Amino acid sequence: MENFAESVNLDFKYDGEDVLVLKDINISFKQGEMTAVLGHNGCGKSTLAKHLNAILLPSGGTVYIDGIDTKDENRIYDIRQRVGMVFQNPDNQIVATIVEEDVAFALENLGVQSDEIRRRVDEALKAVGMYEYRMHAPHQLSGGQKQRVAIAGIIAMRPRCIVLDEPTAMLDPKGRAEVMKTVKELNSKYGITIILITHYMEEAAQCGRIIVMDRGKVLMDNSPKQVFSRVEELKAVGLDVPQVTELVYELNKYGLKLDTHIINENECCDALLKLLS
Amino acid sequence: MAILKTEELTYVYSQGTPFEKTAVDHVSLEIEKGEFVGVIGHTGSGKSTLIQHFNGLLKPTSGKIYLDGEDIWADKTKIRQVRFKVGLVFQYPEYQIFEDTVYKDIAFGPKNMKLSENEIDGRVRRTAVSVGLTEDILNKSPFELSGGQKRRVAIAGVMAMEPEVLILDEPTAGLDPKGRDMILSQISHYHKTTGCTVLLVSHSMEDVAKFASKILVMNDSKVFCYDKTAEVFKRTEEISSMGLSVPQIARVFNILKNKGLSFDEEVYTVKYAKELIIRELKKRGKI
Repeated sequence: MENFAESVNLDFKYDGEDVLVLKDINISFKQGEMTAVLGHNGCGKSTLAKHLNAILLPSGGTVYIDGIDTKDENRIYDIRQRVGMVFQNPDNQIVATIVEEDVAFALENLGVQSDEIRRRVDEALKAVGMYEYRMHAPHQLSGGQKQRVAIAGIIAMRPRCIVLDEPTAMLDPKGRAEVMKTVKELNSKYGITIILITHYMEEAAQCGRIIVMDRGKVLMDNSPKQVFSRVEELKAVGLDVPQVTELVYELNKYGLKLDTHIINENECCDALLKLLS
Repeated sequence: MAILKTEELTYVYSQGTPFEKTAVDHVSLEIEKGEFVGVIGHTGSGKSTLIQHFNGLLKPTSGKIYLDGEDIWADKTKIRQVRFKVGLVFQYPEYQIFEDTVYKDIAFGPKNMKLSENEIDGRVRRTAVSVGLTEDILNKSPFELSGGQKRRVAIAGVMAMEPEVLILDEPTAGLDPKGRDMILSQISHYHKTTGCTVLLVSHSMEDVAKFASKILVMNDSKVFCYDKTAEVFKRTEEISSMGLSVPQIARVFNILKNKGLSFDEEVYTVKYAKELIIRELKKRGKI
């Protein structure tokens, strides 16, 4: 797999400020990867995300998207067509007065044929479970429903990579599960590269890779099993682990010797059954 | 005695339009004084509409609400007093901060209650401490603070009115795990020290499981159940089927039960799971 996105010695600070928000970040994302980015509020993870479709440009170092330097102003639309972003607050992302028109907005701007627009809009709305609401006005929808419409708008553009910045923070568990299912499908069916910023450890556990950030730096970059086995370090930077991992950690603290790489329910059940039988 | 009581409470949005929707449907409920109630339900289940009735922000389409035994709509001119007794913290309350210092923002509610300067000062300082804000922050502009700090300022503003009932609508939404734990433990501490009644609306059964003594589950505009936390967790399968998520640890013990390993009590927190497993291991002579 080739690198789809790459940052080389990336530094970033806001205009007129001395503090570096990002410090010497060197990471790459392969085409088709699904990565979670964790870190407490203010650690720099959203700032990093905004470098991936040239909303922010590096103060030092370089970011490449599909081989394009994000500082190349002439290619900004090429970058944004390749990388779609979904933000936390859906109210800031919806522009039209009818759901299906909102989903079609970007496609119209890109000059896609109208029958193709119809097809893609319907497909995108079905993918997020909002097809029945296609004729509704966005203000009549709940926060969760609006977020799914915003995601549909991105999906309809068929980008190669989607960066989602806490997309499920405002959703209920059902909405969250639907968004995660949709995102995972986009990754497995269409090979879309997914970068998911989240505070939900169970969502991160479903990704192939986890990056943990702290104070503008990459603290860990590994598989979920490896990352979540470092319970104390994660707690020290204000993060958490899945409940099953925490139970194993607590039992081991008591003196048991369970596998510290347990991150899902089935693994935990098997371990407990073995322990008690 | 019940501090809050509803009788056949019903609320219909956009009555007479194509978008008419019954958001709360004949809800009869009694909430005891001093209880810590977790309120859960999926988006659109009616939980936010219901709690907005408790301090008179919404007027029922039909049915009644009693606070301390009195019908809150019996005398419309007294509704302002109801709002002092029942404090409501909305979702993302930090967007409602408007004063130029943290001190003034927290003092806004008590000022409206026409309390003395001394009393206001005491309350502002007390509540600031109880939500973990330091003295030096009081004179800062709220807009210099982090998101988590702003949220705590907004919560302190409602606590400073010392309401008998404190209702919080998803107070931890969007916070990182550390910020979430901090706010929840501060609310729990406030509940223990003041003895007030707390209603915590949350999507997170994990948070609710840790703190609530009773849980109200709303579904399809109706009360699905209102019972002690342990009793509600006996119905995890039904709760999952209505689109709510039960804590991961409860799911694990459900699978164990299906595999023939069951325990007398419901398990819904990590702490309790640990105790239980150690007890079982000792019982079986394994440690």
